[in-house]
Amino acid sequence: MSFLNLSHLEKSFGANRVVKDFNLAVEKGEFISLLGPSGCGKTTVLRMVAGFEVPTSGGIVIDGQDVTGLKANQRNIGMMFQAYALFPNLTVAENVAFGLKVKGVAKDRRDARVAEMLRLIGLPEMGGRYPFQLSGGQQQRVALARALAPSPRVLLLDEPLSALDAKVRVSLRNEIREIQRELGITTIFVTHDQEEALSMSDRVVVMNGGIAEQVGAPFEVYNRPATRFVATFVGTLNIFDGKVTGPETAEVAGVPVRLAEPVAVAQGARLSLALRPEAVHLGRKEGAEVVLPAVIQGVEFLGSIIRVRAEVAGSVVALDTFNRSDAPPPAIGTQAEVSLSGRDLIVLQD
Amino acid sequence: MMRLVAWGTLVLGCLYFLLPLLGMTEFSLKMRRGEYSLDAYRVVFADPRFWETFGYSLALSAATIVVGVVLVVPTAYWVRLRLPQARPFVEFVTLLPLVIPAIVIVFGYIRLYNTSSFLPLTGSAFGTDILLTMGYATLALPYMYRSVDTGLRTIDVGVLTEAAQSLGAGWFTILARIILPNVMVAVLSGAFLTLAIVMGEFTMAALLNRPAFGPYMQLLGANRAYEPPALAVIAFAITWGCMGLMQLVTRFAKHERAKA
Ligand SMILES: Nc1ncnc2c1ncn2[C@@H]1O[C@H](COP(=O)(O)OP(=O)(O)OP(=O)(O)O)[C@@H](O)[C@H]1O
Ligand SMILES: [Mg+2]
Repeated sequence: MSFLNLSHLEKSFGANRVVKDFNLAVEKGEFISLLGPSGCGKTTVLRMVAGFEVPTSGGIVIDGQDVTGLKANQRNIGMMFQAYALFPNLTVAENVAFGLKVKGVAKDRRDARVAEMLRLIGLPEMGGRYPFQLSGGQQQRVALARALAPSPRVLLLDEPLSALDAKVRVSLRNEIREIQRELGITTIFVTHDQEEALSMSDRVVVMNGGIAEQVGAPFEVYNRPATRFVATFVGTLNIFDGKVTGPETAEVAGVPVRLAEPVAVAQGARLSLALRPEAVHLGRKEGAEVVLPAVIQGVEFLGSIIRVRAEVAGSVVALDTFNRSDAPPPAIGTQAEVSLSGRDLIVLQD
Repeated sequence: MMRLVAWGTLVLGCLYFLLPLLGMTEFSLKMRRGEYSLDAYRVVFADPRFWETFGYSLALSAATIVVGVVLVVPTAYWVRLRLPQARPFVEFVTLLPLVIPAIVIVFGYIRLYNTSSFLPLTGSAFGTDILLTMGYATLALPYMYRSVDTGLRTIDVGVLTEAAQSLGAGWFTILARIILPNVMVAVLSGAFLTLAIVMGEFTMAALLNRPAFGPYMQLLGANRAYEPPALAVIAFAITWGCMGLMQLVTRFAKHERAKA
């Protein structure tokens, strides 16, 4: 039995089924992200775990204890919200101490814990300030310290970085992950930002329309998407029409290729074959199965990576190449070649 | 031209309010023949009944404010948190005391709580004080509710509540340590309005036959010449003092926030 178990969770608001048969087993110390488009039910799942919503059916078990019927204030779960959740009338130190005070922890132990938490988030001098005297990033760190101070069993974060600017967002997400590792606290993180989900998590749950479409490590979700939705939602995809010619072979633009895994599709069936931008190479690559002529249509210089759009076999393909100081990016309108291999193809079935 | 009309109207309005006040103040200073003096005020302040009734009304305002806060803060909080669709209805109910005359309320009270009723509150002085406090709380309800509700609008009630709950807090802790301190400015302005209302209230106190400040003013007004205007000036001073304090508190809080 895992540390946190969500089994057959369902939630309806009136006739609107928002979460459908949601199952998830989280190991102790694991960092899980719920990733999905707006309105897919991520927050609702999190709120059911926190105890703010009552599941229509299904159960939640934490560390062997069934908490489905427990109130939010009895669950010992830490929660971090999107923004503006610090108590404006309390100082930073009082905010962090709040949960401990509610628990009845003695003052000297409380003060020690608050100091420890403020050191952990790198704001040891800020205890006497009020929330309105802090920047957004500092406020969210204090919110993290406040959630962690009472040593909760599970930490829940609902898009805690979305209100911050890009630089702070990246540094804070690394910091959150470090603190989470250091404390070994079981964590569920809600986001609709795939970069956040892929970079931070041990495992990602990709949700769509209230359903968990795939649960897996970031590498797995990105490279072996289980459904068409996961493939298209996570990362960028180039989609080609293809034809299955054998159990492990297919045809792209008339050229036969070998697939990485056998597909359970009838021979001759038409299907969509997809490629990540980094699996398409500009130019003729050693050992590539397919080389196709292309016309450069757009060049986006992103720094270490150059994203090129090229017309290949009647459709526009995005491909990534690394920046090299001795090779300037191709000019728009020039003729080129692209190469690709069957083992990188993702087969999309409907 | 438009500006001139506007200023003219403003001056006229001010005169409309200020002239009677000035006249009254001037008259209150004329107790001694031929010269201005504070004799009328001296007489008022020397009257032990002034201090008795004043103290009584002050005590009852304090009780009314406590009752009002205990009644209104949790209600307004709950309506914002869980029953937003009930807000127009609750607002309507809190407005009723403005529509229903105090005399109707107090007659209702006397009928309901007389000595031969199930709860004979009017049977004892203390019981009547409780009744009067409840009556005052009703009269102050529209002001108290409105100011607390406005105060609640400035914080995210839902998120703060959930944050506190996830930290293990129950309803009492949430209300006492999070909600109330955050609407304190609003509560204070409601409290000063309540104070002003209670200090000048006549109908309820008179009909329940309690020694409040309002009936004392009326009594004095019916029997004396110079003291009533002096008393009226004092009453005005109290009310304006309250309004000044309200302004001060609001200003102070804005100042706090402006530092951000
Ligand atoms: N209290 C509620 N009453 C009725 N419908 C609700 C309620 N809460 C959520 N919903 C609906 O449930 C669906 C899922 O909402 P949820 O907040 O879980 O989405 P989300 O995945 O967190 O989206 P976002 O990324 O925009 O935060 C939405 O269609 C929303 O309208
Ligand atoms: Mg959400």
